[in-house]
Amino acid sequence: MLNRRAFLRDGAFALVSLGFAPSFLQRTVAAAGPRSRDKRLIAIFQRGAVDGLSVIVPYGEAEYHRLRPTIALGRPRTAAAGVLDMDGFFGFNPRLAPLAPIWRRGDLAVVHACGSPDSTRSHFDAQDYMETATPGVKSTPDGWLNRYLQVRHAERESAFRAVALTPQMPRMLQGRASAVAMSQIAQFGLRSESMNEGFEAQYAAAADRVLNGTGREAFDAMKTLKSADPSRYQPENGAAYPPSAFGQALKQIAQLSKADVGLEVAFAELGGWDTHVNQGSSQGQLAARLDDFARSIAALVTDLGERMADTVVLTMSEFGRAVTENGNRGTDHGHGNAMMVIGGGVRGGKVYGRWPGLASGQRYDGRDLAVTTDFRNVFAEVVVRHLGVADAGGIFPGFAVSAGNYPGLFAI
Amino acid sequence: MRRTGPSLMLAIALASAGVIHPGAAGKDPDSNVALHVLNRVTFGPRPGDLARIQQLGVDRFIDQQLHPERIDDSEVTRRLDGFQTLHLSSSDIAQRYEIPALQERRERQRQQTAAGKPADPPSPQDAAMDPERQRANLPMIELAEQKIVRAVYSDRQLQEVLTDFWFNHFNVDARKGPARYMLTEYERDVIRPHVLGHFRDLLGATAKSPAMLFYLDNWMSADPKGPHLDRARPGMRRFGTGGQARAGRPLPSAPANPQQARRPMGLNENYGRELLELHTLGVDGGYTQKDVTEVARAFTGWTIENPRRGGGFRFAPALHDDGEKVVLGHRIKAGGGERDGEDVLDIIAAQPSTARFISTKLARRFVSDNPPDALVNQMASTFRKTDGDLRAVMTVLLTSKEFLSPEVERVKIKNPFEFVVSSLRATGASIEDARPLVRAMQQLGMPLYQCQPPTGYKDSADTWVNTGALVNRMNVALTLTSGRTPGVTVPVTTDPATLVGGNVSDTTRSTIAKAQSGPQAMALALGSPEFQRR
Repeated sequence: MLNRRAFLRDGAFALVSLGFAPSFLQRTVAAAGPRSRDKRLIAIFQRGAVDGLSVIVPYGEAEYHRLRPTIALGRPRTAAAGVLDMDGFFGFNPRLAPLAPIWRRGDLAVVHACGSPDSTRSHFDAQDYMETATPGVKSTPDGWLNRYLQVRHAERESAFRAVALTPQMPRMLQGRASAVAMSQIAQFGLRSESMNEGFEAQYAAAADRVLNGTGREAFDAMKTLKSADPSRYQPENGAAYPPSAFGQALKQIAQLSKADVGLEVAFAELGGWDTHVNQGSSQGQLAARLDDFARSIAALVTDLGERMADTVVLTMSEFGRAVTENGNRGTDHGHGNAMMVIGGGVRGGKVYGRWPGLASGQRYDGRDLAVTTDFRNVFAEVVVRHLGVADAGGIFPGFAVSAGNYPGLFAI
Repeated sequence: MRRTGPSLMLAIALASAGVIHPGAAGKDPDSNVALHVLNRVTFGPRPGDLARIQQLGVDRFIDQQLHPERIDDSEVTRRLDGFQTLHLSSSDIAQRYEIPALQERRERQRQQTAAGKPADPPSPQDAAMDPERQRANLPMIELAEQKIVRAVYSDRQLQEVLTDFWFNHFNVDARKGPARYMLTEYERDVIRPHVLGHFRDLLGATAKSPAMLFYLDNWMSADPKGPHLDRARPGMRRFGTGGQARAGRPLPSAPANPQQARRPMGLNENYGRELLELHTLGVDGGYTQKDVTEVARAFTGWTIENPRRGGGFRFAPALHDDGEKVVLGHRIKAGGGERDGEDVLDIIAAQPSTARFISTKLARRFVSDNPPDALVNQMASTFRKTDGDLRAVMTVLLTSKEFLSPEVERVKIKNPFEFVVSSLRATGASIEDARPLVRAMQQLGMPLYQCQPPTGYKDSADTWVNTGALVNRMNVALTLTSGRTPGVTVPVTTDPATLVGGNVSDTTRSTIAKAQSGPQAMALALGSPEFQRR
């Protein structure tokens, strides 16, 4: 496999010698130390609380079929709405078919009955808790991914170390460490290119240290992107991204990932999961969202190819939905949910987490899937075993990070 | 010094603008102080403001601003004349805008279900175009527009700066359910009238406001051991599933979300915690978890009368924990009822750490990210001596030598709102439609009335300086000055470097001079490093 870092160094040398190198690349060249990690994390937020029981379906539970007379998915190889079997008990929603090959080759793991120790069923609060990783504490100033960036010294300075392909900075990435949010990388630049020179000169000459540094990074980033030429990007390995906003966001993450601009953390999101009415099963509202979700992620994984060895894709949603369907063929806000963890280093092909069951006595508050894995244990394991942070305590304040509580998603 | 015509003013601005090093020849200390005061007490100088403040005198200007009731504000009144929702109560807004939209949506869903149409849901774009949805959004849009209009045009600038400050201090996010139609009343009747009044009154008004009761969940906080009969429970399920609940009646027999209606009630500490941590004492203000719980117990029963209909404050005895409480060592006797909450507010408003916390935060807004201790001490001591008279505290601040010191000139980074408003003021822009500016605030990462955490938006440089944000600011400057902001007209300025207001570096001056057009030169002034500070 190509040594990415060596390539970066050589490529940067080439740019420097041609006089075209952005200043951060010059610094990289100057500081090219021993080879270290190149691990990446791509976090995906399903805003609105996806019905995990319709995604990773516990078809082996009699209660599941009984409590969801109109929206339950069928057992494997039954009707059109039959699930794709995973392990004899759980099955994928058939609209997740694009992810099935990744599962079969052992690069996709699921953590089920996963969620927050806090009981809130407010989207607002639950998203906040998941993004700050401090359930029950609303005033946490920064997001957990930003705290990761703070704790982990930057391998190299880059404007693209942490990028959210969203119009606003997600709470998860808000904080002291610098991160960029943009809807489209092609739009990361001045609307009138003839103005670049003037603004760049102003910021380069500014005695104002803070604005001088940030201004330099901004113009470096614009040049980097320009040379990466986003408009000409061709996905590899036959990856086909859906034209949806989410598909295009993941495509741009792949593009940044391959452009060697120092990307460590990326974030994308997609909404439309709050299915109180007419949820559907293998067709309908939820299915349309799952189709986009699965095809986009499958395209990303295909496109990144060998780079998936150093990449983890982590999906999450603020809480699950009630076990019993409601009077509008939909589901109301619930508790436990399923997360997916995808990557070459993931011990996949397995559903992690103790399954609490769906019988009334096994449910949370008598109505919802109970939580048997605190979501922070998933985050912590990814941060420690994938991203290589030695002490994750500062990233998860108020939480006792302990390897004994990890789901075991990665080999030690 | 007397300044008369605008040409003389321009000459002065130019004279001071040429200088970048403090103490260099040609510096005009008077105009620098005047500009500093305009940058901090107002949302930035408009054309002619410097001359006016110098003619009036800085001291008199500050005194005037501390008494907004004496300043004529008919310009703003006239500009807000055509707005439909700004004067409405939350209840009227719910009746006229929120409930019809909900009923419409439910009816549509019913029809779809009846027709057996599963169908993929409308795209977010289609949903945004839905006329009912647009109508329901009108109160929020108008609220955001008026914030910009007031900030740009009001002559009661300090009042507007402080309304922004105190709203942010007692932040409520419009995106949390019905909070969106409670905020018009919240800002107008709860925040603005008290910004130069007594802190205890402001605190009490927020504590009883439906917006805060809802946002920090106190409305549903109940004594877990209490009777909390079903009928005592405020009639509200997941917001957005229906509009037919009536005050004092049980919930409809087939609620869309029955499980949640049956959710057991108990103590909710959210408000109690944020009240101590964010509104009064500060996180290091010397309280314990036990205090948080005791405060939460005291506030049980402080709820909302029929929240989905925009009802007001109600004390519900059935939800209240009537036992004894001990808060910060003060005993609140059993049987106090609604009075318990007031007692708590009295206790915490009088704490020295509250005086200090509030003084620090005000000094951070007006002086520097790390305000000098001596100033904070002086303000806090005034706060205590005057029972939290905010006008007295502000007077100490704005007349202090720390505030007027040249050392703190331009040390504050403008937040995106200050950046946009100061740009509009500097250029003398004419706003016929503020909605594109409301959208610009979203693009700049500071959507108005939509700050998620109760902390409010941060008031320090590190929050607002990042690469994406800088690029966005340059683009907003470009869009504004090039006439591509519909509804906003920006006149071409004859000497664009004066837009920067104050000292301009040689490089900035020369890039502006080399610009190909007037609008480009103006963009280079508004997007310059100098203009990002105040």
